[in-house]
Amino acid sequence: MKFTFTEENLKKIEAIRKKYPTSLAAVMPVIYIAQEQNGYISEEVMEEIANVLSIDKVNVLSVVTFYTMYHTKPMGKYHVQVCTNVSCILRGAYEIFDSVKKKLGIDHMQVTEDGKFSLEEVECMGACGGAPMIAINEDYFENLTKEKVEEILDSLK
Amino acid sequence: MERIVLPQIENLNQIDVYLANQGFEAAKKAFTLSSDDIIDQVKKSGLRGRGGAAFLTGLKWSFMPKSNDKPKYLCINGDESEPGSFKDRQIFEFNPFQLIEGAIITCYAIGAKVAYLYIRGEYHKWIKLMQNAVDVSYERGFLGEKMKETFGTNFSCELFIHKGAGAYICGEESSLMNSIEGKRGYPRVKPPFPAQFGLWGNPTTINNVETITNIPPIIRNGWEWFSKIGAPKHPGTILFGVSGHVNRPGVYELPSGTLLIEIIDKYAGGVIGGKKIKCVIPGGSSMPPLRGDQLEGVRMDAESLKEAGSAIGTGGIMVMDEDTNLLDVLIRISHFYHHESCGQCTPCREGTGWMEKTLKRIKAGLGTSKDLDLLCDVASHIEGNTICALGDAAAWPVKFMITRFRDEFEKYVNNNVQIPVPNKVHSMRNTAIPLANLEKN
Ligand SMILES: Cc1cc2nc3c(=O)[nH]c(=O)nc-3n(C[C@H](O)[C@H](O)[C@H](O)COP(=O)(O)O)c2cc1C
Ligand code: SF4
Ligand code: FES
Repeated sequence: MKFTFTEENLKKIEAIRKKYPTSLAAVMPVIYIAQEQNGYISEEVMEEIANVLSIDKVNVLSVVTFYTMYHTKPMGKYHVQVCTNVSCILRGAYEIFDSVKKKLGIDHMQVTEDGKFSLEEVECMGACGGAPMIAINEDYFENLTKEKVEEILDSLK
Repeated sequence: MERIVLPQIENLNQIDVYLANQGFEAAKKAFTLSSDDIIDQVKKSGLRGRGGAAFLTGLKWSFMPKSNDKPKYLCINGDESEPGSFKDRQIFEFNPFQLIEGAIITCYAIGAKVAYLYIRGEYHKWIKLMQNAVDVSYERGFLGEKMKETFGTNFSCELFIHKGAGAYICGEESSLMNSIEGKRGYPRVKPPFPAQFGLWGNPTTINNVETITNIPPIIRNGWEWFSKIGAPKHPGTILFGVSGHVNRPGVYELPSGTLLIEIIDKYAGGVIGGKKIKCVIPGGSSMPPLRGDQLEGVRMDAESLKEAGSAIGTGGIMVMDEDTNLLDVLIRISHFYHHESCGQCTPCREGTGWMEKTLKRIKAGLGTSKDLDLLCDVASHIEGNTICALGDAAAWPVKFMITRFRDEFEKYVNNNVQIPVPNKVHSMRNTAIPLANLEKN
């Protein structure tokens, strides 16, 4: 399916380009804008990003595939990220990860059938003082217990 | 105790409160001095980088060329992805204007017109807070063209935030620059160093967020004042992030050289349930772990920790109690470095995978004593043989965890089953794009 940026996003892209001396440098923020508009980065999206920035598509592809926060397939409406790095596992992160897996019926980088949830086991999120923690989309939830995680997931519409 | 980086002032993250508390006075003072004077003051203050290597900040600045034939840049490193580190985020949230003021003074000192503040992508909330502070600074004439009028000077600079997208390696300075340039975050071979060949091939200085936030108080109160705080060879306060098995995990700003045990017991409230400490990693997961019985008298500054057999790193203190399974911890650490290896150098790409596999094999009950020697051997072949320090960061925990806790690891390998370790494993990061395609830019 052909992808085009909205007028509003094109304006944002213009503003972003002014921050950098080359248009290639705008590629990371522009991929974010595209991901927000389209949900994920498809081949067509990459083509359009390359187009808008007048760069080679391989430049977009190489960046999209390097960074873990860019998704090349659709994720759930709520993308649940569970940190299982050291400070978090010391405070029970594996139990939380297991209980989320069980509750949602999905594993790392899978999406529920209804498209509501996706799950990712992530590296340290810089919230070790609030371990164990999870993030849902852009929000952090810290100092968790299995019960609290359950409550949070249940509260999502 | 005086707090320098995170003063206890309510609503300091609002510009009017910041201004009422000597905000931007250091910048005003800086513009009455020459850039050489400022670099000299920072040198004399003894300030050392808070990003991991504890390099002398003033000395780093002095590497910047004096000529103005090329644009110069400042990069502020807020990637904060070292496991166990969660301090820079406190600055974004509670003292963003001091960071901005520090950026202005640094730009003036090194002759940069543009600063990029690199913040890890997962910090959405803190990026918004920081962007807000930057916008307000522009509006009120503390950044951009309007600075000239505000400060009565002919210098001005821009500050832009660059959002990362999930890659630990982008905290490495040359990888960070590639990332800002819109490329994969591959570390560059050094030399040339950033002061000669940095962003887009131009002279560049890279400093950690906490380092830059220390600049305004140094300029305002003078280098002598700063040099008298904490440990003489590594002066100032440090943001210590304490996590793991303690009663009150969190970030504590304390003078450098504070006793590690005091931080754990007095500030972080001691170990949960009054248990004994088995292991402490004192500076983020890349630093050599210390045994519980090695902690006596260890002070949290670069020199003391070096003497104790570890390093200050990011000041992220991870505390593990007597019941911790260190094999599980080490597997997790090794998995992290394997996952985050960018795959450019063979020893790092293959070695990190090999170490993770060997450790998992031990976990499965298939290890032997020889595997422990093998692990140390692999680690020693990675160390010092790679483009960037991620290789060392991956090797140290394995080497030191096993040598310092050999008795415990022997326990895990008392099963005499031998299965050869396959040596062909690859970085889990997708490296399918040939490097040649990237070099066009
Ligand atoms: C793998 C790796 C990751 C790093 N991550 C960070 C980081 O997240 N933040 C940081 O400030 N420095 C990080 N560093 C250190 C930087 O390369 C650089 O030394 C530092 O930003 C310099 O700032 P300073 O002199 O103010 O400490 C990392 C280094 C390596 C090798
Ligand atoms: S040491 Fe590892 S992370 Fe660093 S450049 Fe080499 S492969 Fe990449
Ligand atoms: S280890 Fe989980 S947030 Fe740092």
